[in-house]
Amino acid sequence: MSLIAQRLTSSALARRVLNSSFAAALTTPHGVDRYVEMIDPLWSSTEIRAEVTEVERKTADSVTLTLRPNSLFNGFKAGQFVKLSVEIDGIRRTRCYSPANSQFRRDGQIELTIKVDPNGLVSPWLLANAKPGMIVQVSQAQGEFFIPLPHPRSILLISGGSGITPVMSMLRTLTERAYIGKVTFLHYSFTEDDVIYRKEIAEIEEKYEGIRIIRAYTNADNGDLQGFFSREHLVAADKHFAEAETFLCGPMPLMDGVRAVFEAEGISDRLHLEQFAAPTRTVATDEATGTLTFGASEVEVENNGQTILEQAEAAGLTPDYGCRIGICNTCVFKKDSGTTRNVLTGEIDSDEDVNIKTCISAPCGDVSIAL
Amino acid sequence: MSTATATKPAVAAAPTSGKKLTPEQIEAFGKELDDLRARIVADLGEKDADYIRDIVAKQKKLELTGRALLWAGWFPPAFVGGVAALSLSKIIDNMEIGHNIMHGQYDFMNDPAYTSKNFDWDNTIHADSWLYTHNYIHHTFTNIYGKDHDAEGYGVMRMSEEQPWHPIWLLNPVFCGLLQTFFQWGTAIQEFETEKVFKGERTLADLKPAFARFKEKALKQALKDYVLFPALSGPGAPFTFAGNALANLTRNLWASSVIWCGHFPEDVEIFTVAETEDESHAEWYYRQIRGSANFTGSKTVDMLSGNLSHQIEHHLFPDIPAYRYKEISVEVKALCEKYGVPYHQDTMVNQLLSVYKKVYKLSLPDSFWTKSK
Ligand code: FES
Repeated sequence: MSLIAQRLTSSALARRVLNSSFAAALTTPHGVDRYVEMIDPLWSSTEIRAEVTEVERKTADSVTLTLRPNSLFNGFKAGQFVKLSVEIDGIRRTRCYSPANSQFRRDGQIELTIKVDPNGLVSPWLLANAKPGMIVQVSQAQGEFFIPLPHPRSILLISGGSGITPVMSMLRTLTERAYIGKVTFLHYSFTEDDVIYRKEIAEIEEKYEGIRIIRAYTNADNGDLQGFFSREHLVAADKHFAEAETFLCGPMPLMDGVRAVFEAEGISDRLHLEQFAAPTRTVATDEATGTLTFGASEVEVENNGQTILEQAEAAGLTPDYGCRIGICNTCVFKKDSGTTRNVLTGEIDSDEDVNIKTCISAPCGDVSIAL
Repeated sequence: MSTATATKPAVAAAPTSGKKLTPEQIEAFGKELDDLRARIVADLGEKDADYIRDIVAKQKKLELTGRALLWAGWFPPAFVGGVAALSLSKIIDNMEIGHNIMHGQYDFMNDPAYTSKNFDWDNTIHADSWLYTHNYIHHTFTNIYGKDHDAEGYGVMRMSEEQPWHPIWLLNPVFCGLLQTFFQWGTAIQEFETEKVFKGERTLADLKPAFARFKEKALKQALKDYVLFPALSGPGAPFTFAGNALANLTRNLWASSVIWCGHFPEDVEIFTVAETEDESHAEWYYRQIRGSANFTGSKTVDMLSGNLSHQIEHHLFPDIPAYRYKEISVEVKALCEKYGVPYHQDTMVNQLLSVYKKVYKLSLPDSFWTKSK
């Protein structure tokens, strides 16, 4: 039923009709989406919804989702990330993940591998609950981490742990497009069993001569390299690393290590990196620290501990407000990132992409708000 | 003048408003309400998300059924059924869905479709205008005469003794009837505060932004209900037109009745600007309770009223999912008893009778009845 409905609603004619101003006038003020989704849950004219088509648990602490986004999704460049939203206990939670598949995948589906953070909320939930047929939301692809065009002649990919996903996408995209340059891929994991794409990597290694794979294990000695990243590792992976463009994604210590070596060599401009900061779980203190960024107005102020509304006004902005006691919702703006404290209840909110009442929220550390 | 006063019984005495609490008692009372609130907020989750989604699903089905039946409106049973379904759809859309979502009761879900800032309802009042007149003005300054425009009878009724009598108020019952009949249009232009233009307190130019909002929203609503859907019915257009008008009327009468019960019954208190200056958070709670009234009824009545049958709880916690007010009311009532705070509650019929009594009473010059204060 829903598949037939989806065929129907995604046909060119149906789209024309459903997106027409006539349909909008008939369904005002709620809009067409609200009714079409009764037969096609993937349909939306504003939101990229995706259906989970496959769920795989490649390692004990990761889960790989294949998603079929609706037609609003514009695709991605290998290395970029999307924001994935899922609803947990009635609350929509949003996290960033990089697709790991080739950007030219024919069926337009995207594959996200999620490493489970046992202290986290979204990843353990997905590990336990993700199943085919589930509807989730994704954002358009974002980020500057991708291989530039024309492609460099020599490419060095370095990743650690779950940082493999954007790099895997690059590798798959390059092989699929019969890239003729040289590719070296240096990957770090605890042991062999922790390499999320172990099977796929072995297949690529076998199939493509121009691609060299180096496995480094920090907690086992059966890899090509042992221990943590060092200059020696770099040289062992690619003697001519200085001539390559390097793409790096992984945990903080690895990133810092690689960055230091590249700086010492004076070739930092050849290093491209993607940083996945774990969501900050700040504890509220009485001290006001950090920077408060008003994204839409491009204004930044030093956090002085007052409410966001007060700080915005002090910075010369004039955001809407009403009651100023947290009941009327006039002062609601979207928080892009950071932790805030409800000054009435002391409640802490670390979620990203959520609406907050600025009249009763004070920043704890760096906060960015769409105001 | 004084002779008339003497012959009238003291109908306006407020029997339930007992002695005032001391500042310490008010603060302690407020603290207990804060604790209650924190407990409920911590418990919000899937149950609430499921509830509102389920209501929306039902409302959509009613709406589609109503429109479909009215399409065949020349056939009397279809006409009756269509009006009933569409009336229910509009009532639920406005009361349990729109009013409550626009209060931010479901903002915690982070779902754009249920967020106060994004939501709009099947009603001629523009969402932005509503957020201002209702969420901000009415809920912040509840029943403060001179600040809460609702307490001034929306500018077209005399609903408080504070409001000086004028011969025009002889028409108070007529105004009340008209406002109830055209309630969605009344609230749509409430923002204009037209009476202030007549009094010279506002100029027409002041109304510009409000008028733009009104035009944008009201035109779309009127086009849908009174042009497009009738046109789609072809020769049955008059039936669809009439059916839509009736559905809007039913919703107007019901919504205004529910709202009248919330703040206009006789024992509900009105406050002055002076006595509410520098009010603390706890004093704000205290005023919300004394300035609101509940009515009793079945579960269905609760839902159709958007749970404004628990107006008191709504005014204490306007951003907590309304279907929870029933469970909250048990504790609120107990707290009110403990502190000796009046808790106004009666059947819907009695509350409405009390309101209409007041409408008639205040239409007369003050000398015809005894002041309550
Ligand atoms: S200004 Fe009313 S909730 Fe913030």
